[in-house]
Amino acid sequence: MAAATAGSGAGSGAAGSPEATGGSTGGGGWRRPHGPLQRYYGPSTAEAAEAPPDPTDINGPHFDPEVFMTKVRSECPLGQLLAREAALSREIRALDSDMQTLLYENYNKFISATDTIRKMKVDFRHMEAEMDDLAANMAAISASSARVSAALQDRHRRGAQLAGVQALLRKLQALVEVPGRLRRWAGTEPARALRCHARARAVLRHYRHLPSFRAIEDESHAIMAELAQRLRTRLRCVHCSLLLAALGSAGLGLFTPEPADHSCCLFPVFCRATPGHQGGDAGPQGTHRVRGDAAALKAVLAYVQLFTARDVAFASLPYFKGEFCVTAVREGLVVAFVRWLCHTARGFADGPAERGAPAAPPALLLLLARLCLDYENSTISYILTLTDEQFPPQDSGPAVTPGPALCAEARAAAQRLLDHYVQVQGAAVAQMLRKSVETRDWLGTVEPRNVRAVMKRVVEDITAIDVQVGQLFEEGVRRAQSSDSSRRAFSVYSSSRAPGRYAPSYTPSAPMDTHLLSNIQKLFSERIDIFSPVEFNKVSVLTGIIKISLKTLLECVRLRTLGRFGLQQVQVDGHYLQLYLWRFASDERVVQGLLDEVAASAAHRCLDPVPMEHSVVELICERG
Amino acid sequence: MEDDAPVIYGLEFQARALTPQTAETDAIRFLVGTQSLRYDNQIHIIDFDDENNIINKNVLLHQVGEIWHISTSPADKGVLATCYNKTSDTKVMTCAAVWRMPKELESGSHESPDDSSSNTQTLELLCHLDNTAHGNMACVMWEPMGDGKKIISLADNNILLWDLQESSAKAVLSSSTALEGKGQLKFTSGRWSPHHNCTQIATANDTTVRGWDTRSMRQIYCIENAHGQLVRDLDFNPNKQYYLASCGDDCKVKFWDTRNATEPVKTLEEHSHWVWNVRYNHSHDQLILTGSSDSRVILSNMVSISSEPFGHMVDDDELSDQEDQHQEEKIKEPLQDSVIATYEEHEDSVYAVEWSSADPWLFASLSYDGRLVINRVPRALKYHILL
Repeated sequence: MAAATAGSGAGSGAAGSPEATGGSTGGGGWRRPHGPLQRYYGPSTAEAAEAPPDPTDINGPHFDPEVFMTKVRSECPLGQLLAREAALSREIRALDSDMQTLLYENYNKFISATDTIRKMKVDFRHMEAEMDDLAANMAAISASSARVSAALQDRHRRGAQLAGVQALLRKLQALVEVPGRLRRWAGTEPARALRCHARARAVLRHYRHLPSFRAIEDESHAIMAELAQRLRTRLRCVHCSLLLAALGSAGLGLFTPEPADHSCCLFPVFCRATPGHQGGDAGPQGTHRVRGDAAALKAVLAYVQLFTARDVAFASLPYFKGEFCVTAVREGLVVAFVRWLCHTARGFADGPAERGAPAAPPALLLLLARLCLDYENSTISYILTLTDEQFPPQDSGPAVTPGPALCAEARAAAQRLLDHYVQVQGAAVAQMLRKSVETRDWLGTVEPRNVRAVMKRVVEDITAIDVQVGQLFEEGVRRAQSSDSSRRAFSVYSSSRAPGRYAPSYTPSAPMDTHLLSNIQKLFSERIDIFSPVEFNKVSVLTGIIKISLKTLLECVRLRTLGRFGLQQVQVDGHYLQLYLWRFASDERVVQGLLDEVAASAAHRCLDPVPMEHSVVELICERG
Repeated sequence: MEDDAPVIYGLEFQARALTPQTAETDAIRFLVGTQSLRYDNQIHIIDFDDENNIINKNVLLHQVGEIWHISTSPADKGVLATCYNKTSDTKVMTCAAVWRMPKELESGSHESPDDSSSNTQTLELLCHLDNTAHGNMACVMWEPMGDGKKIISLADNNILLWDLQESSAKAVLSSSTALEGKGQLKFTSGRWSPHHNCTQIATANDTTVRGWDTRSMRQIYCIENAHGQLVRDLDFNPNKQYYLASCGDDCKVKFWDTRNATEPVKTLEEHSHWVWNVRYNHSHDQLILTGSSDSRVILSNMVSISSEPFGHMVDDDELSDQEDQHQEEKIKEPLQDSVIATYEEHEDSVYAVEWSSADPWLFASLSYDGRLVINRVPRALKYHILL
């Protein structure tokens, strides 16, 4: 009952601290277990400590029934007492049933804990049996493993012995094979033969008291002597190797003559020739250097020729001769070299010049074009003849690449390079002209007093190109020209330019326009291809560049609207260009025709077409 | 075969502007705008009678100035837009306006008035595209497949999107964007993509091709250095939504996949001078038309990058009998990418080529001297494609 009261007190949260509880009811051992319970419900200790002990508080720790009874009996009327009694008994019943529930729960937990422990005990017993089994099995396994290894030990030993014997036998076989190998390599790969002999020599000397080894040693000595003899013969041609040594790494690379590698061996030669061009130096030295590689190729051929020398034993074998002369030397070395050269050169023209990658300098293009052309003209036939002489192809040998096919390849490469050169240079000049026309205000310009600076720049650039091309290409032919061509009147506006017999034939009703007449005239003149292939001479190249530039000027002028002075400026510029450019072109009529078209277009695009006096134009141009 | 011969029509003036009448799908009709600084400029409406090989023309006066660009509404046969030069003594300004042609010319009067000079008619101005703040108009594009109410114009470095209201009597600038960057930036041309619900356009400035989204007016892709020199024109493949053709001063025509713009899919190098125009055929996108200032028009067949099935399409399960396959391949030799024909009827630079909107096998080209040439795709090729 009292316990129930205390429990309820704890539940209501008004109970004091465990210390206070312990202090007041020291003898009541049954209360002690409730300490933790009270602590669990966490009542405020401080509050409890401060409150004065009240023996009448039925829920308090200091409750005294006597005092309480006395107090109640003395203070309360009967009705209240009865009500109190009823309330208390109700409370007591409630607490009683609570306690029973708690007790029952506790007991239940205890039972289940006991059950669990019992179950564990049974399980462990079972496990123990299994562990015993496992230990037994492990013992059996280790025993049988020991048995197996014991059984195999003998065989293992025998196997190791056998392996040792085999290694020994292999070594012996290698020794026996030494003479054969030496003989095989002595012809083709002396260095390898030498290495092989050096390795075998010590062993052979050690066992020379055995007759069979002595035989091997003697034989290989004989072979090596023969090889030495042959090498000495080769030394006589040492000037060849000296030549190659001068060529640096190229020569060294040739000491392993495997056909596929020859073009690689020659690569350094060519590469050393190219850096010179990269600098943009297209002078005669550049050409000289490039021509040098033909000489290098010749030297290489001379070196390779050693393999077919008469006193070399294998040289007369038909298989070797056919295979070596045709497949290795002619196709693998000479033809492959020329092809590689053309391919590399073309790469400069076909490469992704415009999408970011740095383009090849124009001078290099020009130089490579010249090189390819030289190959086409002379070098290829020379090299092929030389090859055929020194390495006569066998009748029944594999098919060879004919000379003309190679020449055609080289020519195609040269053409591509030169065309690309023209395009690059033309585009550079054209770009300058385009910017100059696009950025100028042609309507509000003042009367021209000078040739525009950009025109002078154009003429300068073209002159520079002329010099550059002139160093490498022949002059080329021009059409016959009138003696006073530079003096020719700028006659777009004169009526004589449109003879009456070219009556408009197909056009319907039209207000007559000078331009129309020039159109009709154009019907009878040749069509001018702007970016057309050029010929291999200076004049043709320059004509190509000039055509590109002037056509650009034409197209740009057509996109603008000009005032009177704008037109006059174009007139002055045109005359200036004509004055200086005709001499570069193969046919001055081309220049004239394009400039006429520029002038005509300008006149047409002009709001107030009043051309300048021709004499004034001339004066300005001469002064400029 | 004889009616494969080209038909030539001569204009009195220089001309650069050519367009098919986009909204017309029955009759073959082209519009040409002239360039003359001293006479009144004209728009020639050219009807081509396919059966009789005859050209009928009607002339409209365009008095405000020389025409640099012309385009027609995709919805209304009578409506067109021009970019024209307004010249004063000291200044040239390129403006743009939307016009309506007289009603009776809309569908072409076939009576062909012989003395057209006496009764030339004038265009009715619908509205100006006010560009005082934006600079010179380079071109006007109509929304393809649209109702003819949306147009985009390129003015110097601005892209301007206009709404035409009150039956095209009023143009309201609905949005615009400007290309910023170093130097003088100027659009040279542009095309409106017919794909993606018409929300993309592509423009060219200098050597760069850019794609734009018209909803946000933001750049969506950019092909730097598309050509070695200036890019002159663009066109979208009508059947493959990411494919784009461009041409320029490096004499090349390049085909791009805009999803991967680092390398062109294909490059054509057939012309010997600047290529000013490139056009996909509207229905057979392997047919590519290019016009160049080398005075040539080239028709190319780019089967390998077209929407046509190319070569031999083998299903995986067919691979078993190799023999059959070989035989079949021999019979059906696929067409290679090739130049179909080079047309050399022009004497001067060709600045415009266009396919007819009505007949997919017919195209017109216009050179600066005012010569309009109407040509057909060779018959053999036509049957090869159709059959």
